[in-house]
Amino acid sequence: MENISLDPRFQRAKLPELDEEVILNASDSFVTFEVFHQKKKGTHHSHVGIVHAPNAEMAMVFAKEQFARRGATSNLWIVESSNVLAMDYTDSDIFDTTPDKQHREAGIYKTRDKIEKYQAELPNTKQD
Amino acid sequence: MSELNNAKAELINYLADSLLILGHRNGEWTGIGPVIEEDIAFGSMAQDKVGQARQLYELLHSDFGYSEPDTFAFTRTAEQFKCPQLVELPIGDYAFSLMRHFLFDQADLIRFEMLSSSSFVQLNQFANKFKGEIKYHVFHANTWIKQLSKATDESKIMLQTALDALWPYAFAMFEPGPNDALLIENGVFDGEKALYDKWFETISTLLNTYQLNIPNISDETIGRGGRYGYHTEYLQPLLTEMTEVFTIDPSAEW
Repeated sequence: MENISLDPRFQRAKLPELDEEVILNASDSFVTFEVFHQKKKGTHHSHVGIVHAPNAEMAMVFAKEQFARRGATSNLWIVESSNVLAMDYTDSDIFDTTPDKQHREAGIYKTRDKIEKYQAELPNTKQD
Repeated sequence: MSELNNAKAELINYLADSLLILGHRNGEWTGIGPVIEEDIAFGSMAQDKVGQARQLYELLHSDFGYSEPDTFAFTRTAEQFKCPQLVELPIGDYAFSLMRHFLFDQADLIRFEMLSSSSFVQLNQFANKFKGEIKYHVFHANTWIKQLSKATDESKIMLQTALDALWPYAFAMFEPGPNDALLIENGVFDGEKALYDKWFETISTLLNTYQLNIPNISDETIGRGGRYGYHTEYLQPLLTEMTEVFTIDPSAEW
């Protein structure tokens, strides 16, 4: 079918017939990169999404406009998605009982009284 | 206005017109860029350029008595524009637009670096304000040209073809300004010759790295005269389109 779109991408594309076998080489498609955004120097980088690009440098070019076009940014990281080791979702039972372990939450310990008592016993240094 | 002030105003006018026209041209890729991420990136940089132009027009208005930025930008004819012919050429294919972006922005980076130590305080404040934006524009341009120069034979040929066509226009971009001597003498700007020398050193190193050939210039008159109001047939249609909405009602409040 003749494509009459003015869009240069369609003008260039020669789509194969459907009965042809399509073989994709590594260089035929972009690689996926994960993008991490840091708002302020010293804070952590947060995962904000992905970009597709032929290499990390091109991914950085794209990520700047996809994920850092509004608000404050101090830094970006680009990581090829295949370099991320992810846990299998079927293994998430590992975490089943974690929410029960209240003794690991700092909030459950009542320490305010002890702190205030300790402070009251300290010699008053402010008058020096 | 004193002779020096005239010279400063002419320089700002030249810078602003170059940025406005290239910004408009590059904006024509919006919606038809090669991939969506690049469409957004190229459009954003075009916006940056128009934004920089607007701030420079503001300075002409506030410090040199020129008319309001919108009026000044949208009511002049082609021969009243001071932009180099390089920026007014149609967008061509993507290799052509990328190559122009590469050639122009490298010069833009060096120009504003030079202006960051200008004796003209307002201009060096702008230079410091724009430097991050321009740094990304150059990073974007260099990364793309590097990528396409080593991607396929087709992409490399397209780049070289674009470079061959654009090179005389890029060279002509550095035609001397009418007041270069006065600007140099007063520490406002080191002049187009100094800018060209730095630009050529950088650009030729990069082109060698990308294994692209630096074309010979057989006719040095090609592409010249833009700063003095001599333009190609392509500028007036651009201006007509750019001012289409404004001219419906020039007194409208936006």
